Formats: sequence, structure tokens, C-alpha cells
Amino acid sequence: MSFSLDPCLPLGTLEGGWERIQKRLPSIPLGKKNELLVVVVGGGLAGSSVAATLAEQGFQVKLITYQDSPRRSHSVAAQGGINAAKKMREDDCDGVNALFVDTVRGGDFRAREAGCRRLAEISSSIIDQCVAQGIPFARDYNGLLSTRRFGGALVSRTFYARGQTGQQLLYGAYQSLMRQVAKRRVELLPRRDVIEFIKLNGVIKGVVSRNLLNGDLEVYRAHAVILATGGYSNVYFLSTNSIKSNASAIWRAHKQGAFFANPSFTQIHPTCIPLGGDYQSKLTLMSESLRNDGRIWLPKQNHDKRDPSDISESERDYFLERLYPSYGNMVPRDVASRRAKELCDLGFGVGHDGRSVYLDFHDAIQRKGSQEIKSKYGNLLEMYERITGEDPLSTPMRIYPAPHYSMGGLWVDYNLMSTLPGLFVLGEANCTVHGANRLGANALLQCLADGYFIAPSSINSWLAGQTFLTTSREMEDACQDALESAKERIDNLINVRGDIPVDTLHRELGELMIKRCGIIRNESGLLAGLEEVRLLTQKFHQQVRIPSDIDCPNPELEKALRVADFLELAHLMLIDALSRKESCGAHFREEYQTTEGEAMRDDENYSHIAAWEYVRGSASIKHLENLSFSLLPLNKRSYK
Amino acid sequence: MTNISLNFRIWRQRLQSSKGQFKDYSLKDISTDLSLLEALDKLNEELIKKGDRPINFDHDCREGICGSCGFLVNGQPHGPKDATTICQLYVRNFRDQSTLTLEPWKAKAFPIIQDLVVDRSSLDRLIMSGGYCSDDVGNAPDANLLKVSQKDAFSSFQTATCIGCGACIASCRNASASLFVAAKLAHLGQLPQGQLLRSKRTSQMKRQMVSENFGSCSNNLDCEAACPKEISANWISWMNHEDC
Repeated sequence: MSFSLDPCLPLGTLEGGWERIQKRLPSIPLGKKNELLVVVVGGGLAGSSVAATLAEQGFQVKLITYQDSPRRSHSVAAQGGINAAKKMREDDCDGVNALFVDTVRGGDFRAREAGCRRLAEISSSIIDQCVAQGIPFARDYNGLLSTRRFGGALVSRTFYARGQTGQQLLYGAYQSLMRQVAKRRVELLPRRDVIEFIKLNGVIKGVVSRNLLNGDLEVYRAHAVILATGGYSNVYFLSTNSIKSNASAIWRAHKQGAFFANPSFTQIHPTCIPLGGDYQSKLTLMSESLRNDGRIWLPKQNHDKRDPSDISESERDYFLERLYPSYGNMVPRDVASRRAKELCDLGFGVGHDGRSVYLDFHDAIQRKGSQEIKSKYGNLLEMYERITGEDPLSTPMRIYPAPHYSMGGLWVDYNLMSTLPGLFVLGEANCTVHGANRLGANALLQCLADGYFIAPSSINSWLAGQTFLTTSREMEDACQDALESAKERIDNLINVRGDIPVDTLHRELGELMIKRCGIIRNESGLLAGLEEVRLLTQKFHQQVRIPSDIDCPNPELEKALRVADFLELAHLMLIDALSRKESCGAHFREEYQTTEGEAMRDDENYSHIAAWEYVRGSASIKHLENLSFSLLPLNKRSYK
Repeated sequence: MTNISLNFRIWRQRLQSSKGQFKDYSLKDISTDLSLLEALDKLNEELIKKGDRPINFDHDCREGICGSCGFLVNGQPHGPKDATTICQLYVRNFRDQSTLTLEPWKAKAFPIIQDLVVDRSSLDRLIMSGGYCSDDVGNAPDANLLKVSQKDAFSSFQTATCIGCGACIASCRNASASLFVAAKLAHLGQLPQGQLLRSKRTSQMKRQMVSENFGSCSNNLDCEAACPKEISANWISWMNHEDC
């Protein structure tokens, strides 16, 4: 039966709500903290920062990651920057409100207002924390922090370290973490995949991980488990995510009872290097900050195969500037991606397969000189040249949208706890502040807000009620059950002994998902997608081939376990996209658009977060968290 | 788009304790637009279909920033191209019919795990020994209280871009970790936030280098040449001037 979810919002006004809640949190005596154990899964920005902060407070922490070191986590690849409402001068206007409004609007009114408000309120302390850790942010001539502008915003509030902001922020969190590892307050457990959860009387009590070096299944008990495992864009196979990014931990938690919210909300990023060839394994992002200086255009004539330098100014269509005069090239990501795809579908696209648009720095170079452009975007320009063999300062860059970020994730309440008591979810893995479309430079912000500030406070209410770990017969049985279910899954996959490598099947899944559940969706496509996923799942479990050594590193088995979960998640994404009969943010249903081709929301029926409950052997059940907006009127998003 | 053929000699070793050897493979008629790692993916697909164990190599982001990938290509860490990680090498960077010898990093501090994969946890332990600014969350002063000149901020940033891949160590005849440590010391030592523990950090990290079996610096500058982020070996001299 479907019901309404209670997100445990603060009482009273939204402004300052988080501060009021913090004052009422129980305080746990240090002696007791030492006895309470938290397992953190994932070593990226959210995972490393929460593990370090909890250890500073005195809790015992174990951090599990599939990487050899937390410093490799995919947060490292975030390029552009981190938003913060930091007052830089005495006369600055209310930056908190502006960031809050942009986040809610950017998310197309499908995010929880209270969460967005809190994000904006604590953003400034995050910058303070990062600078104290020695993050070398860009500075202005006076030695103060420098900012730049990002998509979906009219003000400049994005702090950055060249095109490597994620890397620098991650190293800051990683170094804080290693300081706690040195103090033996955190135990680092690298090269392990979490593949099952231990549940006792409905409460999460630990995890089962697979040691990727020797194949051992290991049990880690805990008073609370925190998932900070990132997003699931690799369901599309080709995405900007790192190759090993996966949904397995959140999917396994979902199957144990954690509701999965808005699974179909995935962001397709407009500025990525287009597809080159058949065996390509990933798509590389070019930071959206490039849109500050690059102008996006296509030839006015379709199927125009001329070299871009032969196409005169009057024969070019700067389509974003034409359609959206006030935001121009800086419209939010979903809008930019959709417009590029539509024009390419109509034959205006450029490149060998007609699936890309130009991002041209010519005017900016004329205005500012190539030296300034180089110093602003140096590493991005080099990366582009290495991959494509073309110099973006002399020939316009070619870009095309690629799956990038998942706004959807496990449903959590205001305290970041999932519907499974004892299981907290942070960063991209949860579903809180980004609604139907994430604002640029808000991802790093959310990870650090969750990791440094929110979870380390809110988890206290849960942990205060926990007693010391005792071994009981029931607990032993729960661990045994989890171990056996993990072992059975591995045996089943190894025993298929088919003839198709995992990657081939994963690629097939990706192709069907981008076609059926990508930038543009419609009912018949989604229905066809469901059937295709069903057949592919069957094929996977009958024909996949995995080398059988399980006592040594076996990357094919790791991949197979992940793809098996992606196949099930893909099914739920299609179901969710079908059931949301409106267009909002990144979820664009062809049937629901205005005469101008813009997304048409249906606030009367769909102003909610759809949270899905897994039911073994039967269809998932949809529960709703209804959204209301008190500080901001629900209005149509317009970037004209 | 053109196609070429490549031959490979690849180090195969099932476990740390087992004996390893080179094995020969070849890939016919592959697109020059493939990355080297994508070519290995293709080779692995062929091996899996034949029932052989695929070649294991570390990799993740495939955009040159996570620092996971790294092995020797014809004796050179990260291969022949300057300022480039393995994952950013493309088949177009090699001549048709050439033979690529791929071997894991060779250093006492990096034991082999399997094939081209080595254990680099010694680098984590170097950071653990002092590579951080210490401030608990909640104690940070306003970020703009400390002014940092553009020059210092940028110089610090450049050393902070080290991705911890280990190429500097693999390229050094003594397997010295001097460039890795110097980069971290220079990142924090050039900022006002890093001053408090500056000399302690230097002495602790230097001591840890010795206990992890890294060798000493012999000023051959191979580390600088191998660094995919082009971090200058001048920072090693800078480090040697630090008080500890």
C-alpha cells in the first residue's frame, strides 16, 4: 500500500531551521562515543569528509572503498567549482537567499525546499573549512578568494582551483581522513566492494564486503552505516563517470528496504567530448565553466560539411543566445543538452557523425588574449587536445551531451537517514537538494555539506540510542544470512559459464537506456525499453562469461556483480520515468511540452518525490513525499 | 580514421607469490582513435572469449586525474608522451606494427598484486605521517582573513596537483619518493595555513620515506620527466632547504 513519507522537517520557519535543530541534538559522552562504531562506504568527498569528521568527534570509524586509496575516488574529476553564498564585501546582497532560489529553480521545483535552504545557509562555512585545510583556491589581485559564474546563475559565486576543484577538495578531505587514520581513529579498508547488508529486526547492523584481492567475504558490524557511494550514470555505460562507479551498494540497500527516490532523474551534461569510435569506454566532460568564454553554435544550413573556419558569422546560429537572450550560453544543463540534441536530430549537427555542436573561444581570445584563456582553462584545453588530436584555440571545440549525474538516489529524511533505520546516505547517492536537475557547482557543495556538517550532527540522534555491540544468537544468524546470500550471488554468476564478456552486455544496456530513457523520453519508448531490459537481463544471466578464479583479483567478477545490479536499476528507472507524466528538469517527456518546446510541469499532480519500495517477486510500490514551497512561489522556469 | 596493428609483450603474474613472465599478444587492425587502455579492453575481450584470464591493470577515471593507472611502456612510466598518464595515451601515439612492452612499476615499496597492478599504499602512509593541515571541522576562521597572493596560491596549487600515481618513484633508479613528498610539503608550506606544523611535517614525512624502503634522491631528474603533472624537481631542492 502506498503512503506519504515524513521527511522530519524542522518546525517553524525555514530560515535558521537547521541551526535550531542542531541546538536540540543529544550530546553523547566521549566515553560512549569511543564505543560506537560507524562504517562509511565510499571514500570520495562525502565519504572521506564524514569519516574524518566523525573520528574528530570521537567515534570509531571504518571506511570501505573499492579504490586502492580514497584519493582516487571520482570526486577527483569534478572540474569547475563549488558554489557558496560567501559574503565577500560589506555591501554584498543576501547571497544565501540567491543561492537557495537558484537551487530550487534549477531543480525545477522537485527538490525539498528545507534541504535547499540548509545547503545555502551552511555553504559559507564549507569554504572556511576548505581554506583552513590548505585548499589552494584561485585568488584575486588583493589576495582574497576569487569566484566565477556558472550555468543557471546570474551572479558569480563559484569558488575554484583552476579546472581541478574537485581534485583539490578531495585531497583536503583525504588528508583530514589520513590524519585520523594515523591517530587510529579511522580504519581504512581499501580494495573492497560492499555487496550485502546485515539487517536485524528491520535495523541495519553492518555490511558484507568482498575483498577484491583474495575474494574473501568479510563481515563488518556497526551501530550505523553511511553510504557515500556516488551516482549511477554508468547505467548508460558511456558516461562521464569513472569506469568503476556503480550503484551496487545503494541497490543492495534498496532491496533490503531503503526506498529509491526519483530514479529516472539523471542529468545529461551538455559539454562533453563527443563519441569517437566503437570501443570507446567513457565520455570525458569539459567543464561547464567553459561556457563563460565559449559560444555555442551550429551552421544555419543543415548537413553543412564545411570546415568551421569557412562558415561566416552570418551563416552561424548561436542557438542558445538566440533562444535565451538573458542567460544565453549559461542556461542550465538540461536546457542546453536538449537544444543541442534536437538540432543534431534535425541534421544541423557537426563532426563525422553529425552528433556534436561547436563551442567556440574565438571571440573570447580576441577580447582577452589566448594567454588568459589558457591560464583559466589550461588543463581542460590540453585534455581535449590529447583525446581528439585538435587544438581548441585554433579550431572550435566539438561537444555533445553525455550522462553525467544522478539527481535520484536513496530517499533520505532531513537527517539524511534512509527508510532503513541505521542507514544514512550522503552526496550523490541520496536524493535531496537537486530536484529534477542539479545546478552546476552544487555537487561538490552538497557532498561537503553532507559530510562535514549535516551527517556528523544529525547522526548523533540515532547513535545516542544505540547500545554497545553484543553478540547474540540473532545477530550471528543475521550475519550468516547476509554472507550466504552474497556467496550465492557470486556462485550463480560464475556458474553461468556463457560466452559473452560483461562489457558487451553492459554496452548493450547503455545503448538501450540512452535511447529509451535519455535526454528525451516518451511512453512507447519507455515501454519498449522495459521489454528490452527484461530480455537483456535474461541474456545476462544465461550467457555472461566470467573467469572462474575467485581467490585472486578478478575484475570481471567485480564488473558482473555491478552490471547485474545496473540491469535491475534500469528497470526501475524506466518504471519511474513512465509514471511521471509531466516534464520537469532533466526528465523531458515528449508528450508534455509547451508550444515553444519547453518542459511542461504538472504541479497539481506531480509536485512530489516518488520513492519506490522494493517488493520481492512483485511490482515496486510508489510512495510519495509531497513538496510544498513556502519561501518561493511555484513558477515556470524561464531562462529567456 | 585509420587502423593499425600493435604487438604487445605484457608481464603476467597471477598473484604476488606466484612467478611472473612476459607473454606476447597482438591486436590487428585497430582504430587509432582508441586509447591504449581501450585497446587493452579489446584484447581482454578476446582473452575472455578464449577462456584465458584477462590482463589486470589499474584504471578508473580514464581522464588523467585519479592517478589509478600507471605502468611502464617500453621502460617509460606512462609511456612516451610528456605530461600524460597511461589512460590519455592513444593508439595514434604509436607506429603501425610496433611492439609495446608493458610492465608494472618496479620498486621495493610497490609490491606486485597481479599483472600490471601494484600496491601503492606506501604513498597513503606517507601522507598519514604528516601530509595535512590539522584543523577539526568547526574551528575554521573566515576564509578571507588570511590573504594569499595570486603567485603563492598558484605555485601552491601547481604542487598540489600531484595525483599520487607513483611514476616519479618508478622512474627513479633508487625508487626515491622525494618528488612526491616535496610536492606535498611545498603545497602546504607555501600557504599561511601550513606554517604551524611546517617543520614537524617535513621531518615526519622524511622519516617515513626511509621506513617505507624508498631510496634516496640521486638528482637524475627522471622523476620530473616522468611526472604526468609536470611537477618540477626544483621542489626537491626546496625541500632540502626546509628546517626539520
